[in-house]
Amino acid sequence: MWKVFRKEEVKFAYWLLIPTLVVLILIIAYPIVDTFYLSLHRYYLTRPHFRPFIGFKNYLYFLQDEEFWASIKRTLYFMSVSVALELVFGILIALLLMQKVKGMGLLKTLIILPWAVPTIVNGAIWKWIYNADYGALNGLLYRLGIISKYKAWLADPFTALNFVIIADIWHTTPFVIIVMLAALTTVPDSLYEAAKIDGAGAVRRFFSVTLPLLTPAILVALVIRTVEAFRVFDIIYVITRGGPANGTQVIAYQAYLETFSYLHLGKGSALSFIISIFIMVLAVIYIKLLYNKVEY
Amino acid sequence: MGKKLGFKIFIYTMMIVVGFISLAPFLWLFISSISTNNDLLSVPTKFIPTHPTFHRYYELLFQSGKTESTKMFLVAMKNSLIVATLVTIITLTLASLAAYAFARLNFPGKTPIQLSILATRMLPALSTIIPLYIFAKRFGLIDTKFILIILYLTFTLPFAIWMMIGFLQTIPKELEEAAMIDGATRMQTLLKVVFPLAASGLTATAIFAFMLSWDEFFFALIFTSSYAAKTIPVAISEFTGRHLIDYGMMCTGGVVASIPPILLTMWFRNYIVKGLTSGAVKG
Repeated sequence: MWKVFRKEEVKFAYWLLIPTLVVLILIIAYPIVDTFYLSLHRYYLTRPHFRPFIGFKNYLYFLQDEEFWASIKRTLYFMSVSVALELVFGILIALLLMQKVKGMGLLKTLIILPWAVPTIVNGAIWKWIYNADYGALNGLLYRLGIISKYKAWLADPFTALNFVIIADIWHTTPFVIIVMLAALTTVPDSLYEAAKIDGAGAVRRFFSVTLPLLTPAILVALVIRTVEAFRVFDIIYVITRGGPANGTQVIAYQAYLETFSYLHLGKGSALSFIISIFIMVLAVIYIKLLYNKVEY
Repeated sequence: MGKKLGFKIFIYTMMIVVGFISLAPFLWLFISSISTNNDLLSVPTKFIPTHPTFHRYYELLFQSGKTESTKMFLVAMKNSLIVATLVTIITLTLASLAAYAFARLNFPGKTPIQLSILATRMLPALSTIIPLYIFAKRFGLIDTKFILIILYLTFTLPFAIWMMIGFLQTIPKELEEAAMIDGATRMQTLLKVVFPLAASGLTATAIFAFMLSWDEFFFALIFTSSYAAKTIPVAISEFTGRHLIDYGMMCTGGVVASIPPILLTMWFRNYIVKGLTSGAVKG
């Protein structure tokens, strides 16, 4: 399996690539390797010159740390609930947007708005909506008679986590909708017509025609969203700062605290490296999906 | 006929529900920003402001010296604009050259290099931040716009290369070949034939690089601390983090910070859709 390369073409390609590769090696490849190296050391920013090699002790520390496993559990919960709901809403709304009725063009434009709002502003919006004393959620439920007095929604750890998930779903579902819509528009109408003539009902048509054709797009959206949800940080920082009682402390937040609050750079590096490994595994799956798709 | 009408009513109901949910939270941010403090702090919540006022926008944008937080907001806005613009220019230059090599040329190591760049697109800031932080500290680069620009390249570059490869592949090869037969060098062909044809792809990539930089929070949170480099997301997170929050100003800041990305998204909707789906649908 060897190709013949044209010398002049190869030279030109390398000239084009060198600036980018130098930058990427300096700011991505080297720091990743260095993070692993640091994770094998006891390293406190308060004592930068005392940096003994301790092997995998930082990793062993976390494996036995209850807080670590609690963070992992919260991260997995956040990830699975938000990604699952985003996919369901994304597919359903995309199907809605495919209907040819008046006003759909306007809705297609509006639907993208939550995605355009900056992540931090999104956090601020929902923090304000959830506010215990003056929030719109309290106001709405009170006026509708569902609650008789204002509630502190973010005071309970598990409720807080679920409310952060709602904020994340609002912000990122448009991405899933757009991906699904793009995939749906490539499905020829004749396929539906054929299924209709065969007597398949709407539900049957969805499961036997639409869903199989959407599968590649669903897988890709699934992997991208899973990666993003696994590394979630910004929205949690703004809405809850990991609280209450660590109830929303996901793995990225723990790594942030370990590194930049407690200044344990060695332990922080170990956590960061664990996150990187997990994401690289997902990235490999993602690339495989893309390459399989090209073949048909 | 009855069944059809029922279906139409169902579709319109769903459209209204989806439209409302998509708009309401941001609309509430805007309503809050033009409500008086009395309205904001009334229980139960007043959903329609009694005396709508734009004075907070005036105060935020034109009287920025009045309070510390509004002053910071305007400076942060300027910092964000500078950082995002420079990141966009550097990203576009480097990424378009690199993407052309991947899209058109054959060279040893092409597939592994391309795949590694693709994989780095997904890495979080955490993967690289600790060594970069130690580096910045050693060389006195903490709290500078310069280091932010460098850091932002870690996510804009892989993303932009990847988008550009997709766009360049859609351009027909024949024009390049014709130009080269006419005696143009490879570089001339690239600059005078390929890039003009890829203008829409370059625009889409630029918009994404700009929006990603405008949105970035984690690096800015860690690496900036003062007027010198703080960006808009950090300024807004500070609004939300105080014990005595000025809700009205927080909402006003949120609306102002959202205007550039919302305008870009609405104006360039088709480009955005192309960009978002380039990795998801086309591959």
